Amino acid sequence: MSDPHTMDALARLVPEGARVLDLGCGDGAMLAHLQQTRGCSGYGIEINDANVLACVKRGVNVIQLNLDEGLSMFEDASFDVVLQIDTLQHLRNAEVMLRETVRVGRVGIVAFPNFAHWPNRLSILTGRMPVTRRLPYQWFDTPNIRVGTHADLGILAGRNGLTVLDSFGLQNARVVRRLPNLLAGTSVYKLSR
Amino acid sequence: MKMIATPQSMQFDTVLPLQSGASLRDYALSFETYGELNADKSNAVLICHALNASHHVAGVYAGQDKSEGWWDNMIGPGKPLDTDKFFVIGVNNLGSCFGSTGPMHINPDTGRVYGADFPVVTVEDWVNAQARLLDALGIQTLAAVMGGSLGGMQALSWALQYPERVRHAVVIASAPNLTAENIAFNEVARRAIVTDPDFHGGHFYAHGTVPKRGLRIARMIGHITYLSDDVMNEKFGRQLIAAGKGGAQDDYLFSTLEAEFQIESYLRYQGDKFAEYFDANTYLLITRALDYFDPARTYGGDLSHALARASCKFLLVSFTTDWRFAPKRSREIVKALLHNRRDVSYAEIDAPHGHDAFLLDDPRYMGVLRSYFDSIGGQA
Repeated sequence: MSDPHTMDALARLVPEGARVLDLGCGDGAMLAHLQQTRGCSGYGIEINDANVLACVKRGVNVIQLNLDEGLSMFEDASFDVVLQIDTLQHLRNAEVMLRETVRVGRVGIVAFPNFAHWPNRLSILTGRMPVTRRLPYQWFDTPNIRVGTHADLGILAGRNGLTVLDSFGLQNARVVRRLPNLLAGTSVYKLSR
Repeated sequence: MKMIATPQSMQFDTVLPLQSGASLRDYALSFETYGELNADKSNAVLICHALNASHHVAGVYAGQDKSEGWWDNMIGPGKPLDTDKFFVIGVNNLGSCFGSTGPMHINPDTGRVYGADFPVVTVEDWVNAQARLLDALGIQTLAAVMGGSLGGMQALSWALQYPERVRHAVVIASAPNLTAENIAFNEVARRAIVTDPDFHGGHFYAHGTVPKRGLRIARMIGHITYLSDDVMNEKFGRQLIAAGKGGAQDDYLFSTLEAEFQIESYLRYQGDKFAEYFDANTYLLITRALDYFDPARTYGGDLSHALARASCKFLLVSFTTDWRFAPKRSREIVKALLHNRRDVSYAEIDAPHGHDAFLLDDPRYMGVLRSYFDSIGGQA
């Protein structure tokens, strides 16, 4: 997800000057990009020491926090946008965090690997878990604790009463609006309460 | 080549009004500086000390190779706070016993030693005195103010008392106020001192005594709270002193008065060492300053409201095993800063050493501080 084109495709969903909270912000590249190109401000949340250090190096505000402990530090609608980019698959309480995302943010943007992308389906048909550029891990050493599909997230959002403002796929940094559940390696949802 | 530090003193003859309503006149502040102040005076960093430290923050005194300052691992040429880039100031607080005016000095109003009559000073009073030192040094704005523990409280208070004079506040292993448990520890230490027959109501100088017994116990209880259970177990476990002296491993002395376990001997040693150099009245004053610090108090306990005055950028650091100034206390400050939309970063270092970790060399901790100061340097 760190390739500049994908980052740019996601950044375009964030309004100019928005106040952004980036859940699982990694090395802070996305927030730095938003600050530099779109005049945004905000904070990243990270649990990993090396990533926290990388953020401080970049001059990006970072709060070291375990997302599985919740977002009680943040008030309702205190951010214009809450980003959850490639974070969902690492969280134990993914459903709670989805609700939290749109509680704290007026808009939540969720992006994660779409397990229903056709190469993954083919791999499963041959009886093996997929190993792809997007899901580069073996089943036994993956840091992802869950996999899900573009269609699945839509259903989960509905079940939690969230409004889907937009949803599409991303493949090779291009927006996929036709059959995203089949044709896109990354699923993107723009949600609100 | 170790950096050579030179202690300095500055005399102030303007009255310093104190929060209590009392005031101090004719007082001196001891301080040290490291590095060079740049032409536009924009690279100054003030270091605030905690309970038993002083203005001797970094470097060594000439001819005394082992006299490193208390934060020498953090501050110096090429260190996380790099004195090749920053002009660093260490200052000793009023009421202390390391050079600045304190209870062992002469009260100009009476011509006698202050002793117990030294006025109660608060974190806010210290910050006001520090600001006067900066005035005298011609420094209007600090690139950063930094401190750990009680020093972190001063750094936070700087951001509230002089928001226009601080660009960055670095608050380490600190808290927005003390919990009841924390005040309780301080009270045990104070009772140990004031009930020592050698204390003489704080006027022990006149009696030629030193309440060493009280100071020892105060230090022992303090020391316990600065360590973590794990680190104490790892370091001492249930080891017997006799075992260390070549005696049989399992020989109890069956004595209630002799030190039996290594941890007892360690605490006694720490207590003895401390009682040799620390002043009893200073201990009372500094623990009271800790107890009183509570910037939210005038805002009905609303810390967010209290921190609205701050305009600088913040770095907060806490340590997971610090139970005296626990991470959740730092998170309260972070939360209040977030509420006020201030720039803040927060690192929670998973270190085993308890509160003491803020003085130690954890590479993640040092890395975050180095990177933060590098990023400030870029803006200076």
